[in-house]
Amino acid sequence: MRITQGTFSFLPDLTDEQIRKQVQYCLDRGWAINLEFTDDPHPRNTFWEMWGLPMFDLSDAAGLMTELAACRKAYGGRMYIRLSAFDNSHGCESVKLSFLVGRPKEEPGFRLQRTEKGGRAIEYTTVSYAAEGAPEGERYGK
Amino acid sequence: MIDLKAAFEQSGLPAVLDQLDRELVGLQPVKTRIREIAALLLVDRVRAEKGLVTEAPTLHMSFTGNPGTGKTTVALRMAEILHKLGYLRKGHLVSVTRDDLVGQYIGHTAPKTKEVLKKAMGGVLFIDEAYYLYRPENERDYGQESIEILLQVMENQREDLVVILAGYGDRMEKFFQSNPGFRSRIAHHIDFPDYSDDELLQIARLMLLKMNYGLTPAAVEALKQYISVRRAQPLFANARSIRNALDRARLRHASRLFSGGPVSEESLSLIDAPEILASRVLQGS
Repeated sequence: MRITQGTFSFLPDLTDEQIRKQVQYCLDRGWAINLEFTDDPHPRNTFWEMWGLPMFDLSDAAGLMTELAACRKAYGGRMYIRLSAFDNSHGCESVKLSFLVGRPKEEPGFRLQRTEKGGRAIEYTTVSYAAEGAPEGERYGK
Repeated sequence: MIDLKAAFEQSGLPAVLDQLDRELVGLQPVKTRIREIAALLLVDRVRAEKGLVTEAPTLHMSFTGNPGTGKTTVALRMAEILHKLGYLRKGHLVSVTRDDLVGQYIGHTAPKTKEVLKKAMGGVLFIDEAYYLYRPENERDYGQESIEILLQVMENQREDLVVILAGYGDRMEKFFQSNPGFRSRIAHHIDFPDYSDDELLQIARLMLLKMNYGLTPAAVEALKQYISVRRAQPLFANARSIRNALDRARLRHASRLFSGGPVSEESLSLIDAPEILASRVLQGS
């Protein structure tokens, strides 16, 4: 099951050229770019690991593309990699744009777990197949 | 037929080159080389429009010359020129020295250098006094690590940034001798000659003009004398020495006005001979 999230979730994965243009758009507006990765893609998991530091002071997307290449070399094919752009202007101070730039080769997806409660009530939980059996770092292959 | 002149006019380059001629006195070899590079890039661009494949030329440079000969100023202009020609996407200048590139302990250098390189992408990375990067007397020095990363990026990401090394001639020569990789990756070695006395006087006039000051005829004579005497003294730093001398002359000018009675508007911006003659340089001789 192909997991989607973020700004371009309804589109196919962006090509490198498209990523570069999005990044340039963000940089031209003075937003700081961050790269994050995780192998626990549950929608409620907001704590992803950061790749390096937030990239303030960049002016050209080439700088980010080198970092992305390095991150993919380390974790490509076995982690989800996400790019987010943070706007620090007063009154906003939050992430303006975020999208996936890398995903594991195989994505088993989620199982919907139903727990029967008192009466006829049912509690639903989504459980990731990949995250269920293996510890962090070994969920999508080593 | 292709009209190169029209392409030249269109690029907005004539204005930059004219400004270069107007604001930078002397430096003929430097100006010639800049025009050559501009011509090459312009022709390359026209060729690319016609579908002729060209590989992006290497534009890393080294600026050598004595202190105060305008290396930093030209580097700034270079970023603007390369941006106008479409070689650089952003055209900003990131000016660094050894401190910004080399770390203090193991594993500190690579992230620091990479951080700087990332910032400079799309523009010019200007490394001032580049020879400090390499310290042969200390074999545990981390400068070498920084040099290796620089070389790799200079080679592989030529289209992303231009590296300009600057420094005093003799020391740069030694630096290149101990790092042959650097010499071969730098296509343009530009030497900044010292200014002649006349050129320095012209520079002084330009500086004063920018600050809205003028010189009396007597002050011009005094300044000429100052330049020729100052040149013979140690630690002469070309245009920088002149700027310092003018700053001190402004100090004396202000205190002269202050100690006298009411002053005319004209005398507020007119530096006279006594201000320059009072200099220690001329007093000593």
